[in-house]
Amino acid sequence: MSIILDKVNYVYGEGTAYQTQALSDINLELKDGQFIGIIGHTGSGKSTLIQHLNGLIKATSGAIYFNGQDIYDEDFDLRELRNRVGLVFQYPEHQLFETTIFDDVCFGPKNQGLSKGEAGLRAFEALRSVGMPESLYYQSPFDLSGGQKRRTAIAGVLAMKPEVLILDEPTAGLDPAGRDEILDLIAAMHKERGMTVILVSHSMEDVAKYVERIIVMNQGRVMYDDAPKEVFRHYKELESVGLAAPQVTYLMHELKERGLNVNTEATTVLEAYESLLGVLRKGRA
Amino acid sequence: MGIIKARQLVHEYIRRDEEGNVESIQTALNHIDIDVEPGQFIAILGHNGSGKSTLAKHINALLPPTEGTLWVDGKDVSEEANTLAVRQTAGMVFQNPDNQIIASVVEEDVGFGPENIGVPTEEIWKRVENSLKAVGMLKYRMHSPGRLSGGQKQRVAIAGVMAMEPKCIVLDEPTAMLDPNGRKEVLRAAHELNRKKGVTILLITHYMEEVVDADYVYVMDQGELVLQGTPGEIFSQVDVLKEHRLDVPQMTLLADMLKKAGVPIPAGVMTRAELAEAVLRCAGSMSDMSFHGQ
Repeated sequence: MSIILDKVNYVYGEGTAYQTQALSDINLELKDGQFIGIIGHTGSGKSTLIQHLNGLIKATSGAIYFNGQDIYDEDFDLRELRNRVGLVFQYPEHQLFETTIFDDVCFGPKNQGLSKGEAGLRAFEALRSVGMPESLYYQSPFDLSGGQKRRTAIAGVLAMKPEVLILDEPTAGLDPAGRDEILDLIAAMHKERGMTVILVSHSMEDVAKYVERIIVMNQGRVMYDDAPKEVFRHYKELESVGLAAPQVTYLMHELKERGLNVNTEATTVLEAYESLLGVLRKGRA
Repeated sequence: MGIIKARQLVHEYIRRDEEGNVESIQTALNHIDIDVEPGQFIAILGHNGSGKSTLAKHINALLPPTEGTLWVDGKDVSEEANTLAVRQTAGMVFQNPDNQIIASVVEEDVGFGPENIGVPTEEIWKRVENSLKAVGMLKYRMHSPGRLSGGQKQRVAIAGVMAMEPKCIVLDEPTAMLDPNGRKEVLRAAHELNRKKGVTILLITHYMEEVVDADYVYVMDQGELVLQGTPGEIFSQVDVLKEHRLDVPQMTLLADMLKKAGVPIPAGVMTRAELAEAVLRCAGSMSDMSFHGQ
């Protein structure tokens, strides 16, 4: 089970003065249960790419297969695809609209055709999984803090029980504690439910800490598609396309160049810490 | 007198029911004292809902104080007669660039502000060019803002404020949506304006790395000022910052972990260069020791 993209191309504004090739020959296999990060500078095609995955944008050419079925087939149920591939947009809290948090989270499942009771159950479950205190369920979503609003919006997508969860910069604008809470929540859902998670992010540090596979987009093409360590090994190339490696990776490279035998593959603070401690202790021994 | 000075500044959001009775009062700013000197680069940190944006809106006379006084360049913001002067002194860049762009061509958008205050045409074009250059958007001057990416739009919004040549610019999370390069460019532009033109900058941010080069930092929590000092003083309090839902730069965190494990790293490490030097010094002194031991 997976999502396969086969030579997907997308052109914005075809035939107009603004014609832009947003995606060029994208070939990808997104396997079930993976935790994938997508990085790329603004305008590199990340958002266009993820909107293809649940059929919001139709490829100009190429094919997309969801669990072996061509999603552009006439008898393919796109509605069903959107139930199974949940997309959390940037600043999803701007889409909150109901009078209570609970009603807002019920909106998705009700739209799927579930009864009021079933939708309610889904909402309870989703709100609990994002750690929303029960005392807030019947308050207006507009009275919440930024982090809580974001979590309510994510709960609204979770209540639809997607198999694949795509999040477009879910931590933008959140304070550091809110950022960690959201990312820990996503990581826990990936681990406990085996959900496929696709995380679009501008934070190399967050991507390095959480995901198992990174897809780097540049000018509408896949530039790298590999494990974080492999991808961040190309930190000079990443810089040339407006990206970077995590800061600890730079530190390790600098120390190595200046004669200290540290692990230049470290991408997280913890990995850097362990390597540095090892080297410094050895020096002492 | 400083360019921004607050004394016991209070702001309450009061919600009333249909009859006008008070339903709830939320204190967003609780007796704030602030002193900013002209030319300073100030950073303001705080969790979501801590009152940072409310404070910023006071500096631009968008919200009136409930109690206390705020002076911008010596002018009391609560006096209506000062509103326009205050807004010309303190330019503001908000989180979401989509709410700030109005024209259909980038250069017209940037020129809108100065045109509005009667700057001569020649001068407007000069300012438009300089501002767009400062944010790295000059080659997009003839583009439609609607077709730019979020990061590019934000840089246009900043150029629009720069074109007003205000004495002070308040940036309310200007980099929240930008990629690493975009963040660097915006920060560089802000620092350059600060250094070269002496513009006072107030930067509200959730990225701790962006605070490292500031002159002074204010930390807010639940409407109160809980910490203030130089970045070095602020970031030496790793655990205190966590309590306020904040963080420290990664290099500071790594230095702190090494220090707790017994490595003699000096206090106040904030940048990669500082940590590299400290680690190399430790490695050097340790190998010396082992040499003498042999």
